[in-house]
Amino acid sequence: MGLLESPFNSLLCMLLGISFTVWFTLLLVFIVVPAIFGLSFGIRTLYMKVLLKVFEWATLRIERGAKEKKHLLYKPNTNGIIAKKPTSLEEELKEIRRNGSGRDLDGSSPTFAVSDIFYFCRRGVESIVDDEVTKRFTAEELESWNLLTRSNYNFQHISARLTALWGLGLLIRYCCLLPLRLTLAITGVTLLVVFTTIIGFLPNGRMKNFLSEKVHLMCYRICVRALTAIITYHHSENKPKNGGICVANHTSPIDVIILASDGCYAMVGQTHGGLMGIIQRSMVKACPHIWFERSEIKDRHLVAKRLSDHVEDKNKLPILIFPEGTCINNTSVMMFKKGSFEIASTIYPVAIKYDPRFGEAFWNSSKFGMVSYLLRMMSSWAIVCSVWYLPPMSRQEGEDAVQFANRVKAAIARQGGLVDLLWDGGLKRSKVKDTFKEEQQKLYSKILWDHNSSP
Amino acid sequence: MGSRASSLLREEDIEEIKKETGFSHSQITRLYSRFHSLDKGENGALSREDFQRIPELAINPLGDRIINAFFPEGEDQVNFRGFMRTLAHFRPVEDNEKNKDPNSGEPLNSRNNKLLFAFRLYDLDRDDKISRDELLQVLRMMVGVNISDEQLGSIADRTIQEADTNGDMSISFSEFIKVLEKVDVEQKMSIRFLH
Repeated sequence: MGLLESPFNSLLCMLLGISFTVWFTLLLVFIVVPAIFGLSFGIRTLYMKVLLKVFEWATLRIERGAKEKKHLLYKPNTNGIIAKKPTSLEEELKEIRRNGSGRDLDGSSPTFAVSDIFYFCRRGVESIVDDEVTKRFTAEELESWNLLTRSNYNFQHISARLTALWGLGLLIRYCCLLPLRLTLAITGVTLLVVFTTIIGFLPNGRMKNFLSEKVHLMCYRICVRALTAIITYHHSENKPKNGGICVANHTSPIDVIILASDGCYAMVGQTHGGLMGIIQRSMVKACPHIWFERSEIKDRHLVAKRLSDHVEDKNKLPILIFPEGTCINNTSVMMFKKGSFEIASTIYPVAIKYDPRFGEAFWNSSKFGMVSYLLRMMSSWAIVCSVWYLPPMSRQEGEDAVQFANRVKAAIARQGGLVDLLWDGGLKRSKVKDTFKEEQQKLYSKILWDHNSSP
Repeated sequence: MGSRASSLLREEDIEEIKKETGFSHSQITRLYSRFHSLDKGENGALSREDFQRIPELAINPLGDRIINAFFPEGEDQVNFRGFMRTLAHFRPVEDNEKNKDPNSGEPLNSRNNKLLFAFRLYDLDRDDKISRDELLQVLRMMVGVNISDEQLGSIADRTIQEADTNGDMSISFSEFIKVLEKVDVEQKMSIRFLH
């Protein structure tokens, strides 16, 4: 037995050794080297086109299967479940009263009508059926199926051929793509930590900045390939410059990688422990990022001071901030926190829109932790997104921070084709403030009051 | 998410709900998906907290009363059947023309049932009368702190005076119907559900 084992073992070792070498050479040539120089072979775009064709075929098969069995498919209606009437409180109450009571309305006493509750009642039930806020905190539903179990709603209509295709897809994703991507991710992160630490030993100056820029770009590009992210950048002439603040809508932690692989930014964030902490500490050696301790974040003046100090130094990189404060599902843009808009500097808005057909990029932090989220990302087909650099904006005369923030938000929403909402993203976890209800009550009281001319 | 939701709703259930409420198949599956997304505890029923999590409902002055309308007497959970039954009140009346079944009894979205729904928002103790106190409570919910007690009291008195025909200082359901006979209840208490 011993004699038979050893030649077999050495043959196995040799084969493993050769396949590893081939694997890594291919990796190096096709992925790492182009990443360093910012070039592309166009492999990913071809991959994307092939996938789209396959998804179309899969959706047609499901529809055909459903028709044969005479079942009705579940179709997410992108227009919503109901059609809402856009009338205001005042218009509706006037309408009801005009038709209803037949009394003269310009009398000298407040005209409350029993039918006034109809408006509130209907609006309340409408919001139970379909509201603007809660649906932003879960992933968007797709019209066509992309061969991922996680986004399929019509399981029972899959034919044998489709199941085979799905199985093949599973194999490709978990056995070929996932290991490849994990290797790349580990390479990227390791290189980042190692090189930034080395650069940290250099004296401050132009050489250090130049090298730091190159190293950051290279590592982020490797990470981009680790996610098979296919990104299209628009209007690169508007890219953020030193001394400015870059604001973007937030969908997932990957947003940072996507933006930072095309330009150099100073990151803002909380200090973490563990692996994130190591990465943060080494990054800050090469170029100044802004990391806050947890306790410091509550002190708004301290935060504002550090940001303005950074912005005033024209040698430092533009700051990257996500004013929503939390991840939103990329169908809308929610309230921008005014902190970053109070600082006197140019704002460079950026709109990021993901294509959900290839993989759901939204991080639902109540459902998935960071690690399982990243694994889901790396086992999707691809992350396809578009980035638009919008022209720089500054605060105008007589405009306060909140109005300025809303103006920037509207521009980003318009460019990305997203719904512009005034609601706070913090509603994901916290209750809405009572002041909004009080506003509604005030409005209604005013309508009653207008008809009341006696003191 | 979506996949689990539609697979938990069986075809027989959908048929029964269709008969009872008049919603179409696709409307029922989509509303089930919505029910499921509101059900954070994933136990097949909604609690009051699940409703209060909707910001637009939380800022509605009558939000709590509307939420109450979904829960049967003394219960804290509403299942999908109950949810659909309450929503059925808001179906537009024109949709009934397609399935005119004379034996099915009064549909949930008839004018009468819509008015009963609104009446129950006022009549908290379900004694089939809106007393002065109950009217004051609803008024206070709608105006907040912006109108004084005396003025609110006089508004309530005037309203009861105009509606009350049998002199018992409260509004019964038939008096309620009489007051609103000229109001287009079918339109004001209907939501346009898309097909």
